[in-house]
Amino acid sequence: MTQIDSFREEVKQWLDDNCPASMRAGADPETPLDEVWGGRKAVYKNPESKVWLDRMGAKGWTMPTVPSEYGGGGLSKEEVKVLNEEMFAIGAKTPLLSFGIWMLAPVLLEYGSEEQKKEHLPKIIKGEIRWCQGYSEPGSGSDLASLATKAEDIGEHFMVNGQKVWTSYADKADWIFALVRTGPKEPKHDGISFLLIDMETNGVSTKPITLISGKSPFCETFFDDVKVPKSNLIGQLNAGWAIAKALLQHERAFISNFGLAAAVGSKKDLVTIAKKHIGEENGKINNGFYRSEIASHKIKEHAFGLTLQRAGDEGGKASATASMFKLYGTEHNKKRHELMIAAMGTDGVAWDGDEFDDSDKNLTKAWLRTKGNSLEGGTSEVQLNVISKRVLGLPS
Amino acid sequence: MKLILNEEQQFLKDTAKNFAEERTPINHFRSLRDNKDNLLWDKDTWKEMVNLGWSGILIPEEYGGSNFGLAGISVILQECGKTLTPSPLFATGVLGAYAISQYGTEEQKKKYLPQIANGEITTAIAIDESSHHNPLNINMPAVLKDNSYILNGKKVFVVDGASADLLIVVARTSGKTGDSTGLTLFLVENNQPSINVVKLDMADSRNYANITFSDITVQKENILGDVEAGGEAIENILDIGRIAISAEMLGNTEAAFESTISYLKERKQFGVLIGTFQALQHRAAEMFCEIELTKSSIMAAMQGADNNSNELQRLASLAKTMAGETLHLVSNEAIQMHGGIGVTDEYDLGFYLKRSRVVEQIFGCSKFHTERYANISGF
Repeated sequence: MTQIDSFREEVKQWLDDNCPASMRAGADPETPLDEVWGGRKAVYKNPESKVWLDRMGAKGWTMPTVPSEYGGGGLSKEEVKVLNEEMFAIGAKTPLLSFGIWMLAPVLLEYGSEEQKKEHLPKIIKGEIRWCQGYSEPGSGSDLASLATKAEDIGEHFMVNGQKVWTSYADKADWIFALVRTGPKEPKHDGISFLLIDMETNGVSTKPITLISGKSPFCETFFDDVKVPKSNLIGQLNAGWAIAKALLQHERAFISNFGLAAAVGSKKDLVTIAKKHIGEENGKINNGFYRSEIASHKIKEHAFGLTLQRAGDEGGKASATASMFKLYGTEHNKKRHELMIAAMGTDGVAWDGDEFDDSDKNLTKAWLRTKGNSLEGGTSEVQLNVISKRVLGLPS
Repeated sequence: MKLILNEEQQFLKDTAKNFAEERTPINHFRSLRDNKDNLLWDKDTWKEMVNLGWSGILIPEEYGGSNFGLAGISVILQECGKTLTPSPLFATGVLGAYAISQYGTEEQKKKYLPQIANGEITTAIAIDESSHHNPLNINMPAVLKDNSYILNGKKVFVVDGASADLLIVVARTSGKTGDSTGLTLFLVENNQPSINVVKLDMADSRNYANITFSDITVQKENILGDVEAGGEAIENILDIGRIAISAEMLGNTEAAFESTISYLKERKQFGVLIGTFQALQHRAAEMFCEIELTKSSIMAAMQGADNNSNELQRLASLAKTMAGETLHLVSNEAIQMHGGIGVTDEYDLGFYLKRSRVVEQIFGCSKFHTERYANISGF
């Protein structure tokens, strides 16, 4: 048996022993499904969600490629592939959703000091600390580098004052990674630093923002004379913009993958919905206009999926193409939801009450939520700017 | 199956790129058009392509070919497409070579494949009978009489039909219009007085013909594949052709796009480069993304063909749709972004627009293939 084969056997056995029944495909539909984000304030409706997270976290398999000295799995790419395949084979649920994993950890690995990596990475990997992202401000959206939240040097500490907006789940998070202005006199890109702030510090407060979907995944976050230890600075003072951009690439990749991943899954399959609500004849959606629009969309989605695959096969030249994936992933997701609610007719715009199925009402909310996909993490227009300048080399 | 070229395919692509740049820059096509050349491709240039082994890429080694596969010949067509290189490579090297290699009897292979590989003959495939591609709509009868078949009828828009030595004719041996059964493929040598070839003058100045067959007798040994089994064979041959022509269209697209991006970086108006205008930048970026999606679709289709994918039909329709839509978009935007110079005959860009609209029709336009994609996908 080769090394990789014996690793596969090991993984199979471990999953068999450790993945709780309700965390696998075919689990009892009555068991509540948690979206597990971890952190100090986490509440688990299903205790097995917590068991699964703790076990995977202890193995470091929530971030399998991270070296074990930082709490990660220390696995090779080949081993990660095996792990994913074996988890997929039993339909194992992702143990932890985390901005820490998707965004912060990769930049900590690249820019953090040894102490910072040892301090923060294990807690991210075990899901002990939930992170949120402090980037946008009321006056700084697409023009992010104009941000004004300031961090003044007061000796041992920075004194932070200002406001962030669109901080996802700030009310549920334990720590925030924030861009702050440390060099008010420097050119705008050269006066920004990347700072980690404990949300329990005096002077930090949050206020949820209700969206058009009726949900509140985002908050405003206020900093009022917040004292932050200088050891929480990542990288050099005033050199935060490069880190900010590196993190954005990770964020864009994650948003575009998330959009595409959401496109699969039979419950919200566009064709199934169209056949059910519009009707079918000999297996064809029996309205030619819907059918043609759906076919065009499916073709684009197919081509997009192949492009993600090709980028992987080419060895993932991430940076420039990340913008393309973010742009298309989100625009396709929006289009797909528009087509789904249109195919559902009036059921597609149901809001509340017993006359409608939960899945109909949820789809209405999901459709409204997609409108934010092409805004968060850099608008579609910003992605087009990035492509035209960095890929095509068009002049400024 | 990886969506990247292997070393061999990359080598063929590089060779073709050099060839197109050095031997057939776009002026090569322009002079054929200006001189109202009879073939609309150049015999000496074709000879050079044959000497590079390109006509034998889809032919097994025992018949004089190299068997490098569809991806190999597709990347050559892509590079040739950049300079609009006209040649029999598509109709002969892809369609004829594939059809006979795949469906021919031992005698047919021995007779024709070496002749294709060494450039002695060119081929064409005669399918459609109206201005919209649809192989099911074939009506032309082939009637059995005294152990041979008698063909009567007219085929239109036969690619390279004005010059081909050997025709592959799809005709109906039974059934009626719309049936996928009852079709049979015939090998017909194009040297008989009762075959009337009328050369077409199309917008892209390439080689096409309408061909009328009057009481043409075809012996049974010249049936390609099995009698009545032509419906399946022709779809398969067409899918290979659709993927290859999509690659050529991608080459057309890339050249028109590259020329446009260069123009945005050199043309000044209002005292600045027009490439600084966001109205143009965003459209250029959108084209870039569409081209990337098209590349992936064609890559998946041609690698799929070479790896016996059971998704071949769907991938072929995906590739032809994406190639058609993207070339359509880019050929229009290229003209608009070039401004007035783009609509002059002196400038080369118009050639891409004209080629676009004709090649979009070859073996099914985007609408045909979008519908086919939906059918295959089960909705």
